Amino acid sequence: MSILSKANKEALTSPLNLNNPVVVQVLGICSALAVTAQLEPAIVMGLSVTIITAFSNLIISIIRNSIPNRIRIIVQLVVVAALVTIVSQVLKAFAYDVSVQLSVYVGLIITNCILMGRLEAFAMMNKPWPSFLDGIGNGIGYAIILVIVGFFRELLGAGTLLGYQVVPQWCYDHGYVNNGMMTMPAMSLILVGCVIWAHRAYNKELN
Amino acid sequence: MNSLRKYFDKIKPNFEEGGKLHAFRSLYDGFETFAFVPNTTSGVGSVNVHDAIDSKRIMSLVVIALVPALLFGMYNVGYQNALAAGQLENATFWGMFFFGFLAVLPKLIVSYVVGLGIEFTVAQWKNEEIQEGFLVSGIIIPMIVPVNTPLWMLAIAVAFSVIFAKEIFGGTGMNILNVALVTRAFLFFSYPSSMTGDDTVWVAQNAICGLGFNVPDTFSAATPLGEIAAGATALSTSMFDQVVGLIPGSIGETSVIAIALGACLLLLTGVASWKIMLSVFVGGGLTGWFYNALGLSPLDACQHIVLGGFCFGAVFMATDPVTSARTEGGKWIYGFLIGFVAVTVRVLNPGYPEGMMLAILLMNVFAPLIDYGFVNANISKRAKRAKI
Repeated sequence: MSILSKANKEALTSPLNLNNPVVVQVLGICSALAVTAQLEPAIVMGLSVTIITAFSNLIISIIRNSIPNRIRIIVQLVVVAALVTIVSQVLKAFAYDVSVQLSVYVGLIITNCILMGRLEAFAMMNKPWPSFLDGIGNGIGYAIILVIVGFFRELLGAGTLLGYQVVPQWCYDHGYVNNGMMTMPAMSLILVGCVIWAHRAYNKELN
Repeated sequence: MNSLRKYFDKIKPNFEEGGKLHAFRSLYDGFETFAFVPNTTSGVGSVNVHDAIDSKRIMSLVVIALVPALLFGMYNVGYQNALAAGQLENATFWGMFFFGFLAVLPKLIVSYVVGLGIEFTVAQWKNEEIQEGFLVSGIIIPMIVPVNTPLWMLAIAVAFSVIFAKEIFGGTGMNILNVALVTRAFLFFSYPSSMTGDDTVWVAQNAICGLGFNVPDTFSAATPLGEIAAGATALSTSMFDQVVGLIPGSIGETSVIAIALGACLLLLTGVASWKIMLSVFVGGGLTGWFYNALGLSPLDACQHIVLGGFCFGAVFMATDPVTSARTEGGKWIYGFLIGFVAVTVRVLNPGYPEGMMLAILLMNVFAPLIDYGFVNANISKRAKRAKI
């Protein structure tokens, strides 16, 4: 099998669009609501999930034939927990501010439905390389939605992007006010809904 | 009337399939059925109850019932402005009224243009008939916001609530939440400083077209409920002013008398449910009496009912036939809980001086559950009877 055969490409790209974990499978919503008030934590969260999904898929896929079926969930959890701990420690060491903002949600990646879903549905029955690509694809598919939601929430809720002021002072002088509701989780649910709406309107075959 | 009918018939071909104005079909349809009761009837073989009163006629009645409160609200805007400027003795009745008229009119226009614009667009897009639900929401929305609400905020809030509270649920008659209240809730949570924040939002501060007065910048006026929430134990306005409506507040909510006029019309014509209206007042009154007796609130039951948006909400929004409970027994519980929650929020949450909006929205959500309970109770009651 070549490095990017058709099946491998499919594993990588389908989660980005037609099989997106957030807007099509509606998984991982809780963290999508919690960490997207600003763009920066959304990006970091998306990257963390991508790395953890990719490597847990890879590891589980390598040892898939030696895992006893009855205890496979606990084995998967151990692998995921180890990776989550590593990522969490790296964040604390190199991006302390963001890790404070993300607080428990990094630790809670272990409960992210996308991870267990991919391990069960893909890594347990596929070879390491496709599993790795599948993990990256799903992680990025998740990250895209987080970035879209985080972008609009930070722009409309605080007038900034990645902490830089983008709405000019001129607007505030003429009566523009930041939308306080954008900083509440309720609004991110509505924004995710809007993304799903737009996605389905564009991809008619999903209806 | 006849000439209007003839005119409608004359221009009709333009709007039909292939006509040059087909894109505005829904607009034509809307105006035609607004002016004349449609003469189409259902075909033979179907069983339907026929009534000359269709929903456009009901909506028009509610709009008429709202007019006294709206007109008084306009006058009160002018009155508060003159009072704040200390120019009350120089102001005339018509001067104050026209000042208020000019202050409120842009909000009314924005509300209708944005809301109906979205409605017409959706109707045209889905090739459906235009729905009339926004006729009432469009006039209520400007009446439940402070007079200083910026127009762009109003436009965003109206667009948000028409799309997310109504159209995505399937349009008029399918919404779970009262559209006008969702607009207010959106404004309230998105732009708190412009809705209640500092107490400068309730009184118009600048002269418009030479009418009215410029109010000094340092002026601020709290609503009576705002004063209580800020810790006052006595109100600065008299009971007479509160009943007549000469107090700061959202545009249409201040006058109990004007609202009572509308309530009479709604009850006489049977458009609004007297059970809901009565039970909201009973619930609010009992709860207000209870908190007053416990010493938690300096306001007595009567003041709780008179102040804020309680009357307006009870008469025009709790009775919304789409979002309220529909079983007869359920209406009592639904109304009572609205009154209870509204006063409870006022008394127990210092952050929210007014609880009527939250109470109605909360009970809107519970209305289907209440109905479900009553329908099932009835079913089991009848099932028992059938066994014996």
